[in-house]
Amino acid sequence: MNRSSSSTPATSAADYLLCTNCRKVLRKEKRIRVSQPSTRGPSAFIPEKEVVQANTVDERTNLLVEEYSTSGRLDNITQVMSLHAQYLESFLRSQFYMLRMDGPLPLPYRHYIAIMAAARHQCSYLINMHVDEFLKTGGIAEWLNGLEYVPQRLKNLNEINKLLAHRPWLITKDHIQKLVKTGENNWSLPELVHAVVLLAHYHALASFVFGSGINPERDPDTSNGFRLISVNNFCVCDLANDNNIENASLSSNFGIVDSLSELEALMERMKRLQEEREDEEASQEEMTTRFEKEKKESLFVVSRAFDDDIVSTSDVSRYIEDPGFGYKDFARRGEEHLPTFRAQDYTWENHGFSLVNRLYSDIGHLLDEKFRMVYNLTYNTMATHEDVDTTMLRRALFNYVHCMFGIRYDDYDYGEVNQLLERSLKVYIKTVTCYPERTTKRMYDSYWRQFKHSEKVHVNLLLMEARMQAELLYALRAITRHLT
Amino acid sequence: MEKMARVTTALGGNTLTGRTMYCHLDAPANAISVCRDAAQVVVAGRNIFKIYAIEEEQFVEKLNLRVGRKPSLNFSCADVVWHQMDENLLATAATNGVVVTWNLGKPSRNKQDQLFTEHKRTVNKVCFHPTEAYMLLSGSQDGYMKCFDLRKKDSVSTFSGQSESVRDVQFSIRDYFTFAATFENGNVQLWDIRRPDRYERMFTAHNGPVFCCDWHPEDRGWLATGGRDKMVKVWDMNTNRAKEIYCVQSIASVARVKWRPECKHHLATCSMMVDHNIYVWDVRRPYIPSAMFEEHRDVTTGIVWRHLHDPYFLLSGSKDSTLYQHIFKDASQPIERANPEGLCYGLFGDLAFAAKESLVTADSNRKPYPGDRRHPIFFKRKLDPTEQFESVSSSALSVFETEPDSSSMGWFVDTARQYALAGRSLAELCDHNAKVAKELSRNQVAQTWTMLRIIYCSPGTMPSANLNHSIGKGSASLPLMNSFNLKDMASGMGSEARLDWSKGENRSENILLDSSTTLITNDENEETEGSDVPADYLLGDVEGDEDELYLMDHENAHTEEPEYVLPQEAFPLRHEIVDNPSGPDHLQDKADSPHVSGNEAETVSLTPVESFSLISISHTLYESRLPPDFFSALVRDMLRFYAEQGDVQMAVSVLIVLGERIRKEIDEQTQEHWYTSYIDLLQRFRLWNISNQVIKLSTCRAITCLNQASTTLHVNCSNCKRPMSNKGWICDRCRQCASTCAVCHHVVKGLFVWCQGCSHGGHLQHILKWLESSTHCPAGCGHLCEYT
Repeated sequence: MNRSSSSTPATSAADYLLCTNCRKVLRKEKRIRVSQPSTRGPSAFIPEKEVVQANTVDERTNLLVEEYSTSGRLDNITQVMSLHAQYLESFLRSQFYMLRMDGPLPLPYRHYIAIMAAARHQCSYLINMHVDEFLKTGGIAEWLNGLEYVPQRLKNLNEINKLLAHRPWLITKDHIQKLVKTGENNWSLPELVHAVVLLAHYHALASFVFGSGINPERDPDTSNGFRLISVNNFCVCDLANDNNIENASLSSNFGIVDSLSELEALMERMKRLQEEREDEEASQEEMTTRFEKEKKESLFVVSRAFDDDIVSTSDVSRYIEDPGFGYKDFARRGEEHLPTFRAQDYTWENHGFSLVNRLYSDIGHLLDEKFRMVYNLTYNTMATHEDVDTTMLRRALFNYVHCMFGIRYDDYDYGEVNQLLERSLKVYIKTVTCYPERTTKRMYDSYWRQFKHSEKVHVNLLLMEARMQAELLYALRAITRHLT
Repeated sequence: MEKMARVTTALGGNTLTGRTMYCHLDAPANAISVCRDAAQVVVAGRNIFKIYAIEEEQFVEKLNLRVGRKPSLNFSCADVVWHQMDENLLATAATNGVVVTWNLGKPSRNKQDQLFTEHKRTVNKVCFHPTEAYMLLSGSQDGYMKCFDLRKKDSVSTFSGQSESVRDVQFSIRDYFTFAATFENGNVQLWDIRRPDRYERMFTAHNGPVFCCDWHPEDRGWLATGGRDKMVKVWDMNTNRAKEIYCVQSIASVARVKWRPECKHHLATCSMMVDHNIYVWDVRRPYIPSAMFEEHRDVTTGIVWRHLHDPYFLLSGSKDSTLYQHIFKDASQPIERANPEGLCYGLFGDLAFAAKESLVTADSNRKPYPGDRRHPIFFKRKLDPTEQFESVSSSALSVFETEPDSSSMGWFVDTARQYALAGRSLAELCDHNAKVAKELSRNQVAQTWTMLRIIYCSPGTMPSANLNHSIGKGSASLPLMNSFNLKDMASGMGSEARLDWSKGENRSENILLDSSTTLITNDENEETEGSDVPADYLLGDVEGDEDELYLMDHENAHTEEPEYVLPQEAFPLRHEIVDNPSGPDHLQDKADSPHVSGNEAETVSLTPVESFSLISISHTLYESRLPPDFFSALVRDMLRFYAEQGDVQMAVSVLIVLGERIRKEIDEQTQEHWYTSYIDLLQRFRLWNISNQVIKLSTCRAITCLNQASTTLHVNCSNCKRPMSNKGWICDRCRQCASTCAVCHHVVKGLFVWCQGCSHGGHLQHILKWLESSTHCPAGCGHLCEYT
């Protein structure tokens, strides 16, 4: 373990502000059980050596060197993602393009939009990062005081930010119309598309940050007043959720036998599914039911550890309005009664790409490459096994995320999701994609115990991209409808 | 609907008649297909699957194939095709990956015939063999194509594209065994139906998915493809390598492409997104569609020519839930609205003009333009008898050459090359540039430079640091420049120019002269004072004379007309007397005593002929009171004038040389406009270095960032010839250091210089050193390398 024994609880507790949730937990447990954000390294979930270890691959080193030389730093996200160097490259390229290259929006706007997006998930990590960037690119410091201080135009983006982050299926062409046709504060379509891409990117990235337990940056050089404040405001529970040596070691000891058989079972199921395909003939009704079932079931896959009260620190909430607005299960939409989004009727490849690329040139290619990369990325391994075709698993993950956003693939049998994704994984997926801020290390540890950390990061990448694509699809469909 | 024409065509006994008409469908259509007899059309979509009879005046719903209370996903069609041999046979591709065949001959209400559930993903396309009754081909998102024999329950053969999704499959019309498949990654593959193991041929047709393809109905080798990259390409497959013979650039991604029957070069397209129109292109005229149907309100998803041999009827289905029959006569022809003339300036002032032939010939016959030296050259397009828009397609191109003497742009190039824009003091720059202009006998420009120097290099404004030095050098070249004739200058300026300069002032001429004189004389003062010599020193020297000569002062400078007589000849400056002390110590001395600059002061007193001395001295005073800002409006107008005259070079050069002194006077946009024009000109003359220098020196943000765009240099590995993606010096593929220095055998990471003869090379320094002592290649290949 890469952790020194925890210092006396009293001092460490005083060092960090506590969020309401932790206070509650503390009160409940009647004893102070706060550990330091004890993991060094980029992630609170993944031991540092895991990330560093793989560093021998020279391709990856090259990439990191390049990133360091272009951006002047290696943030923790990059380090964790570098477990998948191929992907990292296209990720960095698209992020670089949307933040720094020619585009319809001025540079400070882009960072502010990133801040707004990250704030929806209370992701202090991303907020801090972009507060710095915002100021560096000449943003007006006053804006950082909160939404009341920004121009009306940016404020108008709030509604779509909110919907996109939590219930993208509610976005209609009216929302687009409202942004595009409001006289002096209107957004041009290219600007809007740029903003939407940024929003979707940062919502999804927030999922990744929480899902992988990314640690805050510690470089003292880059910290300015803002950073210090916010780091101090950052509750320990965000940094390292439930980081308990005893607990972890215990569970891993117990788990080994358990998880080995778990893994075997999963592989067995995959194999069976592959063979079954040919002879099994599910009726169409059956398929529909399966989708509905999966959708409904996702209702109950909720982390119950949290009540519905809002965890939100003041430095974050000033960037958002209506903080209570959160993910509401698509299946439970009740009065809204929205039709399921048929993936085949508005696909990224056919429609989304064309629209994005038309209005914000070249980003389409970069996103296309990224989606393709993440979808096809495989090392043909599963934990200790090699030469495994993981296509099914990847597709199940991708489609399950889309399922929670109400996107249905006609050509997918949602029964597979049920067979391939165990309950703890579903809990994790749901939390990471819908309420990333609630992710805990326990959730991260509880699924796929036999798998390598890099494989779990791979899962996170899939979740992140699937989420981004889902948001983009809804937003772009609304824009298309506005256009026609 | 009054414009709707009624068309009747005879087709070997069959007669097609009809008009432009449409009907509402209940749901968006995904695809349509016609029956062989051209009397029925099938429309398929997610929530619709119907057959309509095409009647004279309307579409009539004939059959709804979507039966059952809760229709299954098998009815949700991505594509539909009607067999061209069998009127009862239909096939659909369902979004859930099922291929369904339908037999209309079935007595029951449900016409579903066979179900093939072999594809794992959505099936994008189905296609019947053109002549074989039982052969059906499908292409799916899962990357496989399957060939079905309708007499069997399962597929006969499976073709794996070894890549991403299949977007379209089409049987060749002439080659019995061949079919083409297009892929999401931009590739097109040709397969032999008998050989499922490997494709016959593959080539990359588009950047991004290829959504559709269509074989030419007559010419067996031609394949048209349309892709997300907004292009329609026509490939000639007769040769060994597929050759792109035509390319049409559309404005949106191309969803469908269909050759027009009986018209060899025509094809119809519709797009996937944003654009709702259907275009009919003549592939030989790729810039403008020859016909356009604009009826749909949402994207068109399916187009099909009503009859195999009839070019005038087009059917289309759309997401807006309508089915249309378009008649060619009702098509809008963008060509009619287009401007058929084109005009372009050549680099050397030549003018090319293209227009309808009729227009040009008529014109030139009428008026030979006696005084004009024009040599029209006509290129006449060969007329194609099958061409439909003959009147338009014959066009003529005339080229007008400018007069030989004025056409020379040599002055531009020379000026660009020789102008100094930075790196020296303002005075020197102005002098230098004036000299350059003078040598090219552009007197007016030379004058302007000299005047600028005088305006801006008055004692107060000169930067002190490098002055001594610059003066020392500058004075040597000064006399030349000053030896101009004022009269010449005045006449040299167009009258227009003068007006422009002194806008708002009454005595334009006089004031112009006035200012010029003062400027000129000041030139000498400049030299005298040299630098940061305090102004009062000069004042003290000349105070006595000032009042007598100049009764005016700062305020009434505009109106007061000076009384002195202007000299008509050049200033004979005797520069050989000039004896400049060397820079550094001179500077030091000067700080202490005003006397030190006596050297230069003497120059003045010695130099001018008697009659001038007064002016020059007195002028010192005048000038010292007049800040350069006073002239900035004038200079601004001057720049505008040059720019308007077409000499943007002058405008930009002055802008750069004066820098901050004038920048605020001219708005950013104008500056940017000047810069871009000048840079464009420079680049057209291939003066890359100069254009880069201009970009670098410009103060416009929009311009300076030009230098930061596309700074990537792509390198290929010298071993495996593949592009090197990561680093410039190590190849990812063959894991070798690609560029080692032939001298030191180390990797070259910076500047790499190599011989174009033997392609050996290395560190710039090493190679230079090597070639000092040897003439042979350091690699030992025996080549006699040269470094120039």
